[in-house]
Amino acid sequence: MLAGLTWLLIYQCVGEIIARWTGLPVPGPVIGMVLLFATLLARQAVPESLKVTASGLLSHLSLLFVPAGVGVMQHFQRVASEWLPIAVSLIVSTVLALAATAFVMRRLLARADRRQADAGGP
Amino acid sequence: MPHPLQPLAEIWVYLATTPLLGLTLTLVAYQAGHWVYVRSGMNPLLNPVLLAVAALVALLLATGTSYTTYFEGAQFVHFLLGPAVVALAIPLHQQLPNIRRLFVPIVGALVAGSFTAVVSAVAIAWSLGASNVTLLSLVPKSVTAPIAMGIAEKIGGIPALTAVLVVATGIIGAALGKFVFDAMGIADYRVRGFALGIAAHGIGTARAFQVNAEAGAFAGLAFGLQGALAAFLFPVIYFALRHFM
Repeated sequence: MLAGLTWLLIYQCVGEIIARWTGLPVPGPVIGMVLLFATLLARQAVPESLKVTASGLLSHLSLLFVPAGVGVMQHFQRVASEWLPIAVSLIVSTVLALAATAFVMRRLLARADRRQADAGGP
Repeated sequence: MPHPLQPLAEIWVYLATTPLLGLTLTLVAYQAGHWVYVRSGMNPLLNPVLLAVAALVALLLATGTSYTTYFEGAQFVHFLLGPAVVALAIPLHQQLPNIRRLFVPIVGALVAGSFTAVVSAVAIAWSLGASNVTLLSLVPKSVTAPIAMGIAEKIGGIPALTAVLVVATGIIGAALGKFVFDAMGIADYRVRGFALGIAAHGIGTARAFQVNAEAGAFAGLAFGLQGALAAFLFPVIYFALRHFM
């Protein structure tokens, strides 16, 4: 657990350093994720400590959004004055995104599954 | 003689100035929200994040505690978003066989869903007269909070407002996903999970994991790929547009 968390923080740190140094407009943790992914590809296996920490962290992922969500109280004024465009836009665009993703994925999956069946099973 | 509740008020004043209170309240509120959610048979409309945020905002307003004071404690939870993004490399790596095998459906759905989310959100808000700052803060709203806040900052939105819009989007997606998929007649958990990860990032992914393990794996895949893609593409597109316009 401790070793896993340490590795995550080291990769995040390296990501931040690269982001600042190169001036790339990409958040540091994302660079860290890409680097860790590349490392795992090269090593072929995921160390146990990393697996445990990652699943612990990701299984409580929605908790991590609570502090940012409470920040709504700082923006009451803007949200109150623009509540209609914000609410309609969030609800409609989220439903559209769900539907569009599901629609395209279903179409393409059916094609991929058919091709695999033609090739003699998965 | 002092009022019997006087010491309590003094204790509150003391506690409110330490990080302990904000941190404890966040964990308690989330677990209480999660308890209600599980007791309701995981009713998607009773999302634990929504319940926790509502309870915390009500409590802070009632006690006159500022967000800054609360955040001094809550920042320890908020900070973990960074390592959590890095940790996404692990489910992504575990999904490698799926990525190879289903490359076309995954990339096709990723592009279609992300494009729809951004364009429809900005177009609708613009047509209803939202301000420019709000529009710019809306652009990255389907991407997970830490990445979205970084993007908003780069393109001139308000990161804190984006964080709120991101969380709202996640709650809406996690709450409505079931109804959209049922209406479309989609039973395939790979599709349901992937769409939740694209439209509702981490909160949708958490919901997908609770419903079905395969849905969760595909949601995590969508969420990680989209976060990485968005983080690299948004600033590039933005700088390109600014350069040519």
